[in-house]
Amino acid sequence: MPVLKGKELRIVGFLCNWCSYGGADTAGVARAGQPTDLRIIRVPCSGRVDPLFIVKALLNGADGVLVSGCHPRDCHYAAGNFYARRRLEVLKQFLPVLGIDDRRFEYTWVSASEGQRWQQVVTVFTERIHKLGPAPRLEDAEPLLKMADMALTSLRPLGTGQTAALDQLKEAIKAKLPELECVIGWQQGYDGAHTVPLFMKTPEDVDKLIWGPFNVNNPAVYLPSFKGKKVGIVVKGCDSRSVVELLQENLIRREDVTIFALPCEGTLDMARVNQTLGRYSKIDKVTYDEAGVTITADGKEHRFCMTDCAQGKCYGCTTPMAVLADMRAGQPVKVEPGSRTPPELALLDSMSLEERMAFWRGQMERCLRCYACRNACPMCVCRDFCVSDSRDPHWMSQEDSTREKLFFQTIHALHLAGRCTGCGECQRACPVGIPILALRQQIARAVGQLFDDYKAGLNPTAVPPLLGYELEEKNIHERDWK
Amino acid sequence: MSMTRFVTSDGLPGLLAFLSQNGRRVLVPVEKPANKRSVVFEPWSKGMPFTLEKATVPPKAAVLPQSETLVRYKKTKDPENPERVTMSLDDSMEAQPTVVFACRPCDARGFAVLDRPYLQGPFADPYYKARREALTVVTLTCPSGCNTCFCHWVGGGPSSPEGSDVLMTGVEGGYVLQAVTPRGEELLAASSLPDGAEQFPLAEAARKAAWATLEPAPDIKGAPEKLAALFTDAEFWQNWTDRCLSCGACTYFCPTCYCFSITDEGEGLSEKGGRRLRSWDNCMSSLFTREASGHNPRMLKAFRMRNRVSHKFSTYPENWGAFSCNGCGRCISNCPVCLDIRAIVLAALNADQATAE
Repeated sequence: MPVLKGKELRIVGFLCNWCSYGGADTAGVARAGQPTDLRIIRVPCSGRVDPLFIVKALLNGADGVLVSGCHPRDCHYAAGNFYARRRLEVLKQFLPVLGIDDRRFEYTWVSASEGQRWQQVVTVFTERIHKLGPAPRLEDAEPLLKMADMALTSLRPLGTGQTAALDQLKEAIKAKLPELECVIGWQQGYDGAHTVPLFMKTPEDVDKLIWGPFNVNNPAVYLPSFKGKKVGIVVKGCDSRSVVELLQENLIRREDVTIFALPCEGTLDMARVNQTLGRYSKIDKVTYDEAGVTITADGKEHRFCMTDCAQGKCYGCTTPMAVLADMRAGQPVKVEPGSRTPPELALLDSMSLEERMAFWRGQMERCLRCYACRNACPMCVCRDFCVSDSRDPHWMSQEDSTREKLFFQTIHALHLAGRCTGCGECQRACPVGIPILALRQQIARAVGQLFDDYKAGLNPTAVPPLLGYELEEKNIHERDWK
Repeated sequence: MSMTRFVTSDGLPGLLAFLSQNGRRVLVPVEKPANKRSVVFEPWSKGMPFTLEKATVPPKAAVLPQSETLVRYKKTKDPENPERVTMSLDDSMEAQPTVVFACRPCDARGFAVLDRPYLQGPFADPYYKARREALTVVTLTCPSGCNTCFCHWVGGGPSSPEGSDVLMTGVEGGYVLQAVTPRGEELLAASSLPDGAEQFPLAEAARKAAWATLEPAPDIKGAPEKLAALFTDAEFWQNWTDRCLSCGACTYFCPTCYCFSITDEGEGLSEKGGRRLRSWDNCMSSLFTREASGHNPRMLKAFRMRNRVSHKFSTYPENWGAFSCNGCGRCISNCPVCLDIRAIVLAALNADQATAE
């Protein structure tokens, strides 16, 4: 995009065809003087503006992005701008976690007759961008590697789940099994310190089912692939939220799914467990007690206490019990009221914008684009037809740059806005340990703040906030252009 | 006896400085701190910390980058007659002399696996060839086996020299470097390191000790035929891949997976011009075999995994006489659902036995 060097900055404007583009035209016809930095892209409706347009512009060198549509209640398509308002507000609150100043992005409403207002919007916004100066570029940042503080306290007791009513659950599964294609759970993996998903088809398979702190995988990821078939699923509390979110979005049918649940006492952060175990040839023994696990590898004992080594999400978990289940076994768990900022997000919160950009630069460098994050996500239901693979539209190139990789993460995060239940499978699946969960956590926090503390996957009949709108938004306010 | 040298542990940065002379790029394992720590190969520069641990990501990118530009093209319109467009091409290769330092024997054998299809087939790949000829591999032999490693199942071992130019073995106080190719000898001869003949018996003992830590390997010589026989057994593959998520962790972290995709990025007529890129591809993805018509011969993840396992243990051996799996175990340790290729191969061997009986 050519600009007058030293005079202009790069500002991209997405204007709706019916109001704001007309407004800009009115301003032009009226000879209303304006700064010349803005490059306008006409779109049919502000509802057409995918938040990814804005992120792509900002990551690829735009110094500012302005979106303008018809005033609320004035949309040519009745409700396009209502949807846009929610999406764009969530985006505005998301940008800072990437290290992008949210003042570089603004959205507003200008009607076709408001030439003067348009003049003011452009002037004020351009002035703002000039004050901020040229946008810092991801490639120029010096990579910064920092780690989240995992010394956390939990809202509920953490344990190893060895007193859970597993036998009772197995009986219930066996009784229901003849009606079901299969029941998804967990079994031992290549050794006693690793579990893998289990697909139970026969009563003998059910005997392989295990319950404990190694059950890290979220079995809900497999449910959409069984659509139309009757299946059962064994869930931890967090997994049940994924099942509920899938139900909320009609991606699975309630009558097809039988949910078996046990109260969860937390799962181990396998990254830290594997790191402590180091290089070993053989697991000799795994013993459980109430508070932790002792793994003997090559004759050496390693003790993992649940309060020290649980996954980050377990400390702030308020749903150790499944939020929806057809068959429950075991006693309910007491949860203390309260909320926790997840450790990954707390780390980002502690950084300046410059540091955050440097952080993502440093993290994304080692991404191989294996897409384990995407495929482990129970909410990534496009599966074989992901936009990141598409040539038309051409969202992403095959280039091996941190910018492309971070852009993919924003695609994933924004497609999960208001849908992500925070199960953390994306981050757990990442072979090189990029803390991508923080991006989802920031969106979830913004969604909670904007929409009455909404949390995804708690109520099967709730409409996900970005699939709906209110005529008057309680927490989204029109900005002042003076 | 082959040429040996000895380097003290403190002398390693000095050795790296020597290796990086004459514009050579030295790729060393670097630790990336994170709550889930990883080790990746990065170009060394003076004062940079490094580790000698086994890397999470193999050094395959030294010869086969994740993405590389094959051709740059630019179209120019004739100002007199805009319908006439001339195109200029630039297919110059980048092949900086490179040393991979402290990879493991499985990683080094990876280069040998890549060499066969890229260099020994009817056509040698010029891009690969240029990089490969500029590559020197200094391998650190493994001190022990590991729960996900199985190099000795597939013809390798903790001190296998295949693919390496220099073998480096940790002994008390330092490392013994042993040249195993003329290129390695040339490199060691140029260094100012002291002779390692005195410490060499220690290195031999350390290698022997490493072998002794390995669990006994099953005989998988029959795998090529048995996997080929299972090709049409959809149920076998479905049962073994039900938990696969179809991501590319196994292929992208594999030192021997070499499939690539070619895409054109940018416009020939634009200011920057267009580029033809070659990037890693991944047979776990549905897109890998999806045809222009929309038809996909490998619709199910079971068939995609069948391809991966069969390629490594059946079709590659059929073509080149060796397994194309080095047993590094990264596909197991990096898999989000711990899918175990060893278990599939063993099951295939046993499944065949069951039907034979």
